Amino acid sequence: MRYLPLTPDDRAAMLDTIGASSIDDLFADVPAEARLDGPIAGLPNHASELAVERHMGALARRSRAAGEGPFFLGAGAYRHHVPASVDHLIQRGEFLTAYTPYQPEIAQGTLQMLFEFQSQVARLLGTDVANASMYDGSTACWEAIVMARRITKRAKALLSTGLHPHYRSVARTMAKYTGDVLVDGDPTLEAGTDWAALAGSIDKEVSCVVVQYPDILGRIDDMTKLAEACQAAGALLIAVVTEPVALGLIKSPGEMGADIVVGEGQSLGVGLQFGGPYVGLFACKTKYVRQMPGRLCGETVDANGKRGFVLTLSTREQHIRREKATSNICTNSGLCALAFSIHMTLLGEAGLRQLAAINHGRAKAAAAELAKVPGVSVLNASFFNEFTLLLPTAARPVIHKLAEKDILGGVSLGRLYPDNAGLENGLVVAVTETVTEADISAFAAALKEVLA
Amino acid sequence: MTALNRAGWRPEMNSAGGADDTVTFTGNRALMLEEPLIFEIGGSETTGVDFDEDAPAADLGALARTAPIGLPGLSESETVRHYTRLSRQNYAIDLGLFPLGSCTMKHNPRLNEKVARMPGFADAHPLQPQETVQGAYAVIHELAEWLIKLTGMHSVAMSPKAGAHGELCGILCIKAALEARGEDRRVILVPESAHGTNPATAAFAGFTVEDIPATPEGRVDLAALKARLGPDVAGVMITNPNTCGLFERDMKAISDAVHAAGGYVYCDGANFNAIVGRVRPGDLGVDAMHINLHKTFSTPHGGGGPGSGPVVLSEALAPFAPLPFVTRQGDDFRLIEEENASEDHPQTFGRMTAFHGQMGMFTRALTYILSHGADGLKQVAEDAVLNANYVLRSLEDVLDAPFAASGPCMHEALFSDKGLAEGFSTLDIAKGLIDEGYHPMTVYFPLVVHGAMLVEPTETESKAVLDQFIGALRSIALRAKNGDPALKSAPHFAPRARLDETLAARKPVLAWEG
Repeated sequence: MRYLPLTPDDRAAMLDTIGASSIDDLFADVPAEARLDGPIAGLPNHASELAVERHMGALARRSRAAGEGPFFLGAGAYRHHVPASVDHLIQRGEFLTAYTPYQPEIAQGTLQMLFEFQSQVARLLGTDVANASMYDGSTACWEAIVMARRITKRAKALLSTGLHPHYRSVARTMAKYTGDVLVDGDPTLEAGTDWAALAGSIDKEVSCVVVQYPDILGRIDDMTKLAEACQAAGALLIAVVTEPVALGLIKSPGEMGADIVVGEGQSLGVGLQFGGPYVGLFACKTKYVRQMPGRLCGETVDANGKRGFVLTLSTREQHIRREKATSNICTNSGLCALAFSIHMTLLGEAGLRQLAAINHGRAKAAAAELAKVPGVSVLNASFFNEFTLLLPTAARPVIHKLAEKDILGGVSLGRLYPDNAGLENGLVVAVTETVTEADISAFAAALKEVLA
Repeated sequence: MTALNRAGWRPEMNSAGGADDTVTFTGNRALMLEEPLIFEIGGSETTGVDFDEDAPAADLGALARTAPIGLPGLSESETVRHYTRLSRQNYAIDLGLFPLGSCTMKHNPRLNEKVARMPGFADAHPLQPQETVQGAYAVIHELAEWLIKLTGMHSVAMSPKAGAHGELCGILCIKAALEARGEDRRVILVPESAHGTNPATAAFAGFTVEDIPATPEGRVDLAALKARLGPDVAGVMITNPNTCGLFERDMKAISDAVHAAGGYVYCDGANFNAIVGRVRPGDLGVDAMHINLHKTFSTPHGGGGPGSGPVVLSEALAPFAPLPFVTRQGDDFRLIEEENASEDHPQTFGRMTAFHGQMGMFTRALTYILSHGADGLKQVAEDAVLNANYVLRSLEDVLDAPFAASGPCMHEALFSDKGLAEGFSTLDIAKGLIDEGYHPMTVYFPLVVHGAMLVEPTETESKAVLDQFIGALRSIALRAKNGDPALKSAPHFAPRARLDETLAARKPVLAWEG
């Protein structure tokens, strides 16, 4: 077996040193009835690299890759071009095969990268500090709600109807078991967000208001007044960003007064990956840092006075605090955070702004083109790179018909809200820099045919 | 002064080029290259990405970003150099033995990386129409089948994002099952030797956590456990093999007792590597167990994630598994999610994450499993256990091995700091190992042993590598017993000397403030 270096002679010599007569002696503590004598029946034995690659390649070809044709899906996962050097660098063995940096003297590469990542994320989201990442946006969102409960000592969270339905579903699942009270609902097909209404329902029981920006329908609005309303009532404003590229063009949630900003960082560096692994962003104001979940990297000096980095404030964490920890999270999303950080470094401020502007411009062009299809209109008053189309018929069957024409035409609200017939004509369309003008024309033409 | 490298600069370097030619001007030493922060070398107008078009003017009114963001950019050449230099300050499995107990730092096969990047997996969107992603569903399903068969369990929840997330999944299944029975049991019993995530998870899900004591030989005290069981106990969380590196001989008896008292058995599967292919947790009465794909099935640790923590479930807990999951109908695969759950999976406790879980880890783990096959996986467990026992028996004469008398260990060998010279600690041994070119073992865990050192060599290390490591650790142990002062200031040859963690926590600097 190509991954196992011990030879039969090695094994015999080692058993001799140990004083065991056979390998079975080492498993003597396993009760006889639980011991398996041979390999588990019905499972194949080892295979060559060639055979495994052939098998996995056949499975891969049974899925359509986004790059094979016109592609317009978003709804929390966005397809952006990732520079070749990102994937090259994250595959360096010193990053790929390192562990959590618990021995900082020989993990400065990972630690400095995390410090840079935290700094980039904090600046992008407009907050003071960010942690070393969470599993993904949806779990980061729930952790933010729990953090707001700890800070405010209140347990009622108001979720904007524009929050991604999976994020909402995660929060609802957890709240069932933790006793948190959630006030939530489906979105309605209106041009603007529901934030004004939300501001009116903040009472003294409310720990936080959770808003997504841009929201699930692609809408963007100014959250300054909502932040003020939260502050007046002693509640926290949690902003959720599922498309961080947007923040190259529009104001950051922190600038508008959000107390905690969480998000999905997948757009930068990570790729679609069929939903994971992704990288959760988690940032907040400095005064709340000791209530944050997850790992934090901080600057310090070594015994010779040289600058260095360590994991810090770990008294918040499970390996120290056990059942009193701020969260049970242990692993972060280190390698995806690295990919995010490298992509962000390659872009820089100028590149990010240009990338964002190109996305917005391309999306505006697509919206204009698609709105010319008879019976189709654009819902949004404003958007970044994603918007909602209103079709004259249910969008879900349309998606399948478009797929037959090799066009992946967005995410239907029927898929996202299967129980809400009032939303079934909605189609969420994302347009990034990877979409060409020809793709847009092909989409519009196919949509016209399908709707005819 | 840009010639000075702030990263490695010290005050005495001020006068470079003086009479003493051992003074460094750059802060670098041959291949040990210091690297500044991107914020110190990047520019707001510099970019490593070219675009084919100018961006059209946006009309976003008051929402338009106007203030600078403060993000530095680097050209591609500078970027590659920056991260390559950083990478060289990391220890990694690719460089040598990484014997972190409980973490299973085994070789990461590169075929796994190649497969994970196949466009049908890496460039597919989680919400694509189901008929366009049958291959991706097939991978999830095929891996699920393997995990079920290897563990002898009824079914598996694939979506948990990491081990601790898997623990949460199992605990929520238990909560939902109790709710379905109309029972309000509030207590989860956890051994003192457990990973910190166990009590944290139970508390996060709203349970009260109580300790189970251990026997002097390092296993769960069955009598004490039985005495505590009752109508308020929802279940137990037990790590098997446990964190002392021992197999819980009484596991089946524990399960039977817990079940008889109306509770459920959660098994922390972090140490599954020791028994894969040789023991099936399903035969031991386990109701739920997470499997760290990044441990047993070798998906890369990546400097701290991403992990992946599928949870295998007993028939009793399977109805409560989270959404979504993949089912097979002939040659086709179908997703069970919110819209069809009421018919196909009505008792689900809900959803733990957006989308389907860690697909990129599924492809790698399945590739690893197919490469090994049933015979190879059994060999994995045997070699892992053999290597650990070899380390244990080769060092027990110089390092205190508190449970060595109770028989063989499983995949990891546990030592304590007993017998070291006054003022010398486990930390000194760990830092001494760094100077010998090794990553240290897990230290100060499990908490039940004073100054614990938990060594997990894994099966991908050769005898020659182990012999050299054993020699190195033996020499350091003797130095610590003899009170060699040089050990107190180790490491001497790492990119950094011991770092001031107190300063970092007292005056946190968590982001660049320049």
